[in-house]
Amino acid sequence: MFTVIITLAIIASVFGLVLAYSAIRFKVEGDPVVDKIDALLPQTQCGQCTYAGCRPYAEAIAKGEADINQCPPGGEATIIALADLLDVEVKPLNAEHGEVKTLPTVVRIDEQTCIGCTLCIQACPVDAILGAAKQMHTVIEAECTGCNLCIPPCPVDCIHIVEVKPTVRNWTAELPDVEFVAPVAS
Amino acid sequence: MKQTEEISKFDGGLTLVAYKHLSTGSTISTMEQSKTYIIPLQQHIGVISQPLVKPGDRVLKGQMLAKPGNMISAAIHSPISGVVTDIKEHDVPHISGLPDQCIFIDNDFKDEWIERKPLADNYNQSTSSSLRKIIRDAGIVGLGGAAFPSSVKQTEMNIKTLILNGVECEPYITCDDVLMRERAEEILSGADIIGHIIKARQCIIAIEDNKPEAIKAIQTAIEKDSTGFFKVQVIPTIYPSGGEKQLIKIITGKEVPKSRYPAELGVLCHNVATAYAIYRAIYFAEPLISRITTVTGHGVAQPQNIEVLIGTPMSSCIKHCGGYTDDSDELIMGGPMMGFSLNSDNIPIIKATNCLLVTAKAKNTQKQKHLPCIRCGKCVEVCPVRLLPQQLYWYASSKNIERLIEHHLFDCIECGCCAYVCPSDIPLVQYYRFAKTTIWQQERERKASDIARQRHEFHQHRLEEQKREREERLRKKREMLKNKSNEKTSDDKTSKQAAIAEAVARAQAKKAEHNKKKETENKTD
Repeated sequence: MFTVIITLAIIASVFGLVLAYSAIRFKVEGDPVVDKIDALLPQTQCGQCTYAGCRPYAEAIAKGEADINQCPPGGEATIIALADLLDVEVKPLNAEHGEVKTLPTVVRIDEQTCIGCTLCIQACPVDAILGAAKQMHTVIEAECTGCNLCIPPCPVDCIHIVEVKPTVRNWTAELPDVEFVAPVAS
Repeated sequence: MKQTEEISKFDGGLTLVAYKHLSTGSTISTMEQSKTYIIPLQQHIGVISQPLVKPGDRVLKGQMLAKPGNMISAAIHSPISGVVTDIKEHDVPHISGLPDQCIFIDNDFKDEWIERKPLADNYNQSTSSSLRKIIRDAGIVGLGGAAFPSSVKQTEMNIKTLILNGVECEPYITCDDVLMRERAEEILSGADIIGHIIKARQCIIAIEDNKPEAIKAIQTAIEKDSTGFFKVQVIPTIYPSGGEKQLIKIITGKEVPKSRYPAELGVLCHNVATAYAIYRAIYFAEPLISRITTVTGHGVAQPQNIEVLIGTPMSSCIKHCGGYTDDSDELIMGGPMMGFSLNSDNIPIIKATNCLLVTAKAKNTQKQKHLPCIRCGKCVEVCPVRLLPQQLYWYASSKNIERLIEHHLFDCIECGCCAYVCPSDIPLVQYYRFAKTTIWQQERERKASDIARQRHEFHQHRLEEQKREREERLRKKREMLKNKSNEKTSDDKTSKQAAIAEAVARAQAKKAEHNKKKETENKTD
């Protein structure tokens, strides 16, 4: 009886030491789930979720401070992906944070009106606006995420939102119409 | 090598009513020329072509209008001589119904060709890569419907068998049939050229058994050829035997694995019309500017095959064939299984237009919802790729991407066999197209968001760098000022005076230079 207790105690200590050693030797820096959440977010960096960018929002979700349905640019697909990752329920987008756009958008600067003040350049979170003080500012549309953060700072209101229309090379088919025309048996 | 009689078969497939007789009653007729030609810059699989001409340019027949965008792309040539009037968006034949960039040319009806220097019989002395270049420069793409740039497929590594696809398994379409009946020898010449490029040992011409005249014509042409390179293989008429992987299974008994290429099995497939186009390119230095198109269906008055220039408006083609009947309904590009409906006929014929099918209104039709899936499994029985269409339908409806990929959604060839047999009339292929395009869109968005993340991280790094550099500068300046105040002695006054003296000297030197400049200017005036 005594030997059984000693044996079990020794086994428990050995495993305890192995675990303690592993916890120190194989420690992971940071929280890996934040990276996984950030990988699912659209990187628009717009702040509609009330956080200062996609990474802060990912960190908030990981901490449990934010819900998964606060991202309008991500839309339904992102909510579903986050629910899958974190094993929580899918819920509809929280309308307080904005609406899903029907078409992707970018912004365009009206060159006749631009005064070269660089305020929009400083506002862009992905450095998608080209220009310098008193030089023409231009949006590099391929890099514009449609976050619209450049629009409020512009003192002459020369930045406009432009919808990006689909082309034959990047269109998406629709779910089929459920109605169809059928020949009636005569 | 296999005996010609030993052929295999693929799983699934359907026997369909062919309606081929509608358009085979006459020989190929030539379309008269139009006033305006609309030539889309994307008529092929791959990257859009880049225009070499601009509005106002005069172009000759056969002149290259646009060069390939990259490796997987094709050149585009002018079908007539005339003047480029515009390059802008216009409706094109695409399943999305969206427009695309097109070159508009006004025909001057002079039919003036570019200078042509054909290789003709000398091609035997050319290298494979130089022949491939001619085919690439001629803008030749697969004319069976897929429009893949042909020269890209023509590797000379390890190919033993060239299979010419004269199967034409889809109902109503007969353009390859009449081409084989009327131009068999030219097709074999083209196949000879391809065989020379890829160093094939044998060419098998596969034809369905519902085309006895074409089989006879090809066999007659083979008898005149003494090389023993060619063999005809007659195969049973089953849809979709003309699919590349299905045909390879029939002829060789081997399956091309998922995501692999026929070249790995030592086989290359080309459509008979593509072989004909290659013949024209080598023997006549003609780029791809025309094709045979079947105009057929119960909604057109005189169904027939036409030889038509690329860029001809479809409305002219229908007119040439007697116009629409009173009960005409839809205009479809392609056949009844894989074709798609067009919104208007003011759209050009492109390289991939093998058929224009005009349907007639069916009697007694009624709109109704499609019925629910009853899990009967008929779709699974007929799938030629051995997929599970039923499962793909459920997962596509619920947008379950992981499962769709597990069930090999992207191996679906969209042949339509599953939708054809479904007793609930579910438009299955439309579900698969929705799923495929949605997944592609998500992949594009993921790539874009990865780049945006990198740019944002660099943006933050740049701001931090700026802040750090600024603080560095301020720190250095503060230190300098501190050191200066520590050294404050009588040196202070003298150093100040020295600085003032220096400044005065500098100003005087500048003034002197300025006066000197003014003097020389006055002298030259």
